[in-house]
Amino acid sequence: MNFTVLVVNAIAIAGVIIAFYRDGAKAVRSLKAAAVSFVRILPMALIIILFIGLLLGFVPPDQISRFVGEQSGIGGVLLVGAVGALMHIPALLSFPLAASLLESGATVTAVAAFITTLTMIGTITIPLEIKELGKRLALLRNGISFVVAIAIALIMGLIL
Amino acid sequence: MRKSLVRDIAALIVVAGIAVALLLVFPEKQAAVTSTSWNYLVEMIVILPGVMVIMGLFAVWMPREAVARYLGHAAGVKGMALSLFLGMLPTGPLYVAFPLAAGLLKKGARVANVIVFLSAWACIKLPQELVELEFMGARFMTLRLALTVAFVVLMGVVIERLIGKGEDHVYPEDVVEGDTHE
Repeated sequence: MNFTVLVVNAIAIAGVIIAFYRDGAKAVRSLKAAAVSFVRILPMALIIILFIGLLLGFVPPDQISRFVGEQSGIGGVLLVGAVGALMHIPALLSFPLAASLLESGATVTAVAAFITTLTMIGTITIPLEIKELGKRLALLRNGISFVVAIAIALIMGLIL
Repeated sequence: MRKSLVRDIAALIVVAGIAVALLLVFPEKQAAVTSTSWNYLVEMIVILPGVMVIMGLFAVWMPREAVARYLGHAAGVKGMALSLFLGMLPTGPLYVAFPLAAGLLKKGARVANVIVFLSAWACIKLPQELVELEFMGARFMTLRLALTVAFVVLMGVVIERLIGKGEDHVYPEDVVEGDTHE
């Protein structure tokens, strides 16, 4: 048990206690919503967990680092950024995936690019975004987000 | 939504099948793969339920109508900060934010603020930051957070310059209210 885990669970427990104290019915609804989101994210979480195991077990670090490590340069960063933009997995699950890549030889830049494009850009939700906000706004936001994500990743690579 | 759960479960079965097959063919990899997967499973199991509870509490106590109401009043630098803060609250997936953002634009909110709100909603969610802290460490998380906030604000201003402040408008007329799929 580390500090972050303790803080998260302490906040959750304190929140639930306060919630029941304020309004029992609403508290129950919150817990139901939490249970539903947990069930929804679970299959994808298990997929990611299996994938990480297979990735670290089967693919040697020098292979991983060829694509997303020191040798791959800016091309590797753009590639992971594009993969992140296209992927549609919950952001919460991108962190363990990113951690496993980092563990197996990916650079901070590549991993930061992956997380940032994954969360900022929603290729699958672009049609909906266009419908609600118009083509110009939606395409500008997603397009500039890609550039911004790569910039953030490169700066992080320089600093860390 | 239900459909996507079925799809995810089907995908899980396929991935699990592949994993089992691979491990049967390469038994020497079994130890490494299972111990790695097990470690990540434990690490996720101790943090995800707590994160879900926090998100559930916010979803019920801070419904999106309330977010829109607060955001409607926002102007100036304060408005920008408020957009950022409200976007960061754990209140649901990105597609929920599109109709909200469209409503704000219609009411004459600044384009920059709406972009900041959307982007914060997409990528600077508070519970996500906690999970990032757990898996990526404090230095990675704080640096990425600081850079993201700075760039998101910059992006809002740039996009606003490109398409105009937002009185004459950008959103399509025939928006179907509250129409959220997935």
